[in-house]
Amino acid sequence: MDLMKDYNKKVMTNEALQNLISTWIPELEFTEADSQFLNITVKPEHLHQLMSQLKSNEETSFDYLFCLTGIDYEKTLGIIYHLESTAHRHQLVVKVQTEDRENPTFDSVWDIWRTAEFHEREVFDFFGIKFNNHPNLKRLFLTDEWEGFPLRKDYVDEINMVIK
Amino acid sequence: METTIKNTNFKSEEYFINMGPQHPATHGVLRLLLTIDGEIIKKVEPDLGYIHRSIEKMCERDSYQQIVHLTDRMDYLSSHINNEAVCLTVENALQLEIPDRVKVIRTIIGELTRIASHTLWWGVMGMDVGALTTYFYGFRDREMINDIFEETCGARLTMNYNIPGGLMFDIHPNFVKRTKEFIAHFKTKLPEYDTLLTGNVIFQKRMKGVGVLTKEDAISFGASGPVGRGSGYSCDVRKHHTYSAYDKVTFNEALKTDGDSFARYQVRIQEMWESMSIIEQLIDNIPEGDVQVATNAVIKLPKGEFYQKVETARGELGVYVNSTGTKNPYRLKFRSPGFSNLSLLNHIAVGGKIGDLVASMATLDLVIPDIDR
Repeated sequence: MDLMKDYNKKVMTNEALQNLISTWIPELEFTEADSQFLNITVKPEHLHQLMSQLKSNEETSFDYLFCLTGIDYEKTLGIIYHLESTAHRHQLVVKVQTEDRENPTFDSVWDIWRTAEFHEREVFDFFGIKFNNHPNLKRLFLTDEWEGFPLRKDYVDEINMVIK
Repeated sequence: METTIKNTNFKSEEYFINMGPQHPATHGVLRLLLTIDGEIIKKVEPDLGYIHRSIEKMCERDSYQQIVHLTDRMDYLSSHINNEAVCLTVENALQLEIPDRVKVIRTIIGELTRIASHTLWWGVMGMDVGALTTYFYGFRDREMINDIFEETCGARLTMNYNIPGGLMFDIHPNFVKRTKEFIAHFKTKLPEYDTLLTGNVIFQKRMKGVGVLTKEDAISFGASGPVGRGSGYSCDVRKHHTYSAYDKVTFNEALKTDGDSFARYQVRIQEMWESMSIIEQLIDNIPEGDVQVATNAVIKLPKGEFYQKVETARGELGVYVNSTGTKNPYRLKFRSPGFSNLSLLNHIAVGGKIGDLVASMATLDLVIPDIDR
């Protein structure tokens, strides 16, 4: 078995990816500033459509969601999806944000990548971001009675947190 | 005389039991809620958080040098590789030129870590399925590696040998000699693992066809490391996104296509051979030079986002850093291999017996602090 095959191949450049994806959905923002990946910012209402197309399109074929990060930008709450194609080996970052801090909600992507089921539960647990159509959205690490969402920037716990 | 009862009033009924958090086969405080019908598993739901320390929140108030020391409390069996992941992130963000000597020493210790982790896994995995001798074989060989670590790094488990910019100090004068002694020793002992366990019919019957994971599911569930490679999914970060000195050595990515527990077992055994080969290629050619490059006492990362992935003994560890240009990360996320590998446990265990669940779980090689970060 030739195991030294195509380990460094990268089929689509960031430019080609941008040209292709920008034709699918309007109002996508592309940037490569301050990052090693091509970043796409998408509006919440287009998130699921974009994600399923990124996975199903044969040219992009992003079948591996290798990281799903919740983030609190203080004014907004957001999710960062790191994607890779195991066939083509190109990588991409998709970002989505909402200004609603009381009831932040995005569409779940667990039906596209099964790994998102646990990762979204983790984000729900620590950021309080809800996901539509998630099969089992409840706290994963903390107890059900826990108040607040610890990874938010405005979370206060005077007893358990050591502040420097 | 009729020996079987045909028409009974017995009903089939589902009920649920707790497995853990204090169960020997969960190797730590993992609690599984099992829904079962007789002995057939209908659903496995992990209940996590018993040892969650919120490392990601602690990172937001700590300096980058301090963060390195938190990472070896995640997957404590890959502590050196976890440290390396954070150091590489910082070094790449600061665009530091790391000396070749550092890269080679990191790679050698990383591969020793992998062997130590796999020998421990082999020992406890054997014990999970009823082969008690493996435990003593595995720990005997791992002890030699721990002694090497103790001499060079000052600690046996949580080594803290990496710092951003290089290594804490140079290797011990005995390091090369003792590593070579270990390789010579382990080359005669690893075949014994096969003689003792791999060919055993009882063991094979407990492993083959149990906990089958297809390649498509492996990718979808984000499986990595030996779990992904046992399903024929080429996911070795050392190959695909090479780092340190892995581009200077030749080694094969261990791949099996069966996707069952036995395939994952075989991948890890083969990985130990590959790790020995990597160490042999490097141990006589450690370049001369410095073991550190100077960094500021207070490390500030430039504004931006940085991502680094490394291959730990369990799979792909990712470090995502979002920096605003201060001495602390604004947000730091660890994508741990154990978390994704645990998420597929329900998928591969449903329909099997409780004993099969133990066998599947043993070959997923879960380390709970890696899941409860």
